[in-house]
Amino acid sequence: MIHNMEYETMPREALEAIQLRRLQSTLEKVYATVPFYRRKFQEVGITPADIKSLRDLRRLPFTYKQDLRDNYPYGMFAVPMDNVVRIHASSGTTGKPTVVGYTARDILTWSELMARALAAGGASRGDIIHNAYGYGLFTGGLGIHYGAERLGASVIPISGGNTKRQIMIMKDFAPTILTCTPSYALHLAEVAREVGVDFKDLHFKSGIFGAEPWSEQMREEIERKLHLNALDIYGLSEVIGPGVSIECLEAKKGLHIFEDHFIPEIIDPVTGENLPHGEKGELVFTSITKEAFPIIRYRTRDVTSLNAEPCICGRTHIRMHRVSGRTDDMLIIRGVNVFPSQIESVLMETEGVEPHYQLVVDREDNLDILTVLVEVGELLFSDEVRRLQQLEKAIAKNIKEYLGVSAKVKLVEPKSIARSEGKAVRVIDNRKI
Amino acid sequence: MRAEQISVFLENKAGRLSEVTRILSEAGVNIRALSLADTSDFGILRLIVNDNNKAKEALKKHGFTVGKTDVVAVEVDDRPGGLHRILDILHRSNVNVEYMYAFVQQSGNNAVIIFRFDNLDDAIKVLQDNGVKVIEGNRLYAM
Repeated sequence: MIHNMEYETMPREALEAIQLRRLQSTLEKVYATVPFYRRKFQEVGITPADIKSLRDLRRLPFTYKQDLRDNYPYGMFAVPMDNVVRIHASSGTTGKPTVVGYTARDILTWSELMARALAAGGASRGDIIHNAYGYGLFTGGLGIHYGAERLGASVIPISGGNTKRQIMIMKDFAPTILTCTPSYALHLAEVAREVGVDFKDLHFKSGIFGAEPWSEQMREEIERKLHLNALDIYGLSEVIGPGVSIECLEAKKGLHIFEDHFIPEIIDPVTGENLPHGEKGELVFTSITKEAFPIIRYRTRDVTSLNAEPCICGRTHIRMHRVSGRTDDMLIIRGVNVFPSQIESVLMETEGVEPHYQLVVDREDNLDILTVLVEVGELLFSDEVRRLQQLEKAIAKNIKEYLGVSAKVKLVEPKSIARSEGKAVRVIDNRKI
Repeated sequence: MRAEQISVFLENKAGRLSEVTRILSEAGVNIRALSLADTSDFGILRLIVNDNNKAKEALKKHGFTVGKTDVVAVEVDDRPGGLHRILDILHRSNVNVEYMYAFVQQSGNNAVIIFRFDNLDDAIKVLQDNGVKVIEGNRLYAM
């Protein structure tokens, strides 16, 4: 199902004309209202008037997550707070989160994109959407919610957690579309089995899963266990939230990026040069319709490739391959973004802890398990077991407090963490994604 | 009246303990007494040896984390009730034992108990006031 036939199937030429017009107007706005962008453009000697074609976009400087942190909380907003009706923030960071804002029109835009996404996943008016994404500062829950209402579907705003109750509601309310993270979908299947509920007897047609990377194998497993079509959805709060791109039910092969609102690029993460379609690199986004929080050439750190071939679904929007990794060392643990440097700063706050640590991530029963290995130096060491166990607990508690993620802390012998070229290997990800 | 104990951090994995004994044996260090405390993840090996410095150097050179703790060695009559008498004294004087381990000498009629206390000086005083024989470090290492 295509929600917005006119825009989603627009001929490329017309689409690109709209993109250019919207890009130029966005650049003029940020140049006038966001000192950060004006300064950055001036540094490279470019004014919005110099951007005469879509190709000129690549002359503009990149925007990094650090820029958003440096301008915390509202420095990147392009409208006065009077016009901001909603604020969201990125999940789980020590120090400053990434804050984004929406005008009333931005909320409409986002709802429209989410309505398109849900429709691409098989939802329409009359469907009941079981929305198990978290509600709150995280964009997942409310993003889906507004999209579902815009589409005219019914939404069950169940949010995350309390899984047994979710199963009961699924049985009783007969939802037809499931929205949550892919790992939570498998967890739901597990719990359903425990309480004697078979997904075959439920009414789901589709599941729209995102907020963490997942594999084709995981899709097969979800489809087998939950008896529904599992679709990948992508988005990030810096760009708008969920609904930046989604797979279509017809092809299930690549996620259509809603190009009338966002311009994607793939770059070489090292040189910053643009890469041709089909080549793997870092995904970069420019928003061209957002009012409160426009973003220019944002480095997502997500690794993927673009595919401009026409799709059997009829959409003309370009597709991105499912995200296959990161260009930085960020981990996503149960939906929470975790950088090794964050764990490091928690460790450094614990007296006597040396900066030799390693993060090991496993997936057990479809749940991410984070183990933090910490080398025990002489300052830390005690001849009493009790003290060392207290230390493990204290570090785990701090990690939970600062990052919102549970971790098992394990003390290890000095030099037992592998070092390559003198540099420790910080992350071992045993999950198969 | 204190004695010195060295302690070594060990991960719970095969061969770590024998690695320690190999290093000490190569360094010509004689182990007088030992105790191993362990959890599912790690262990702490506590040792009384004949040459603390030599043992520490050798273990550190091989990358082990080594700690040094003052403990109290007490001579106990090697007969029923010998240990109880001492623990009773400590209990009545409110001295808390962090951990302890024992070894029996080959010659003589006495056993030796190694105690780790929170407050060493108080504990030593209580023991001595009650006529318990506390062994000097140097004598202990050479036993």
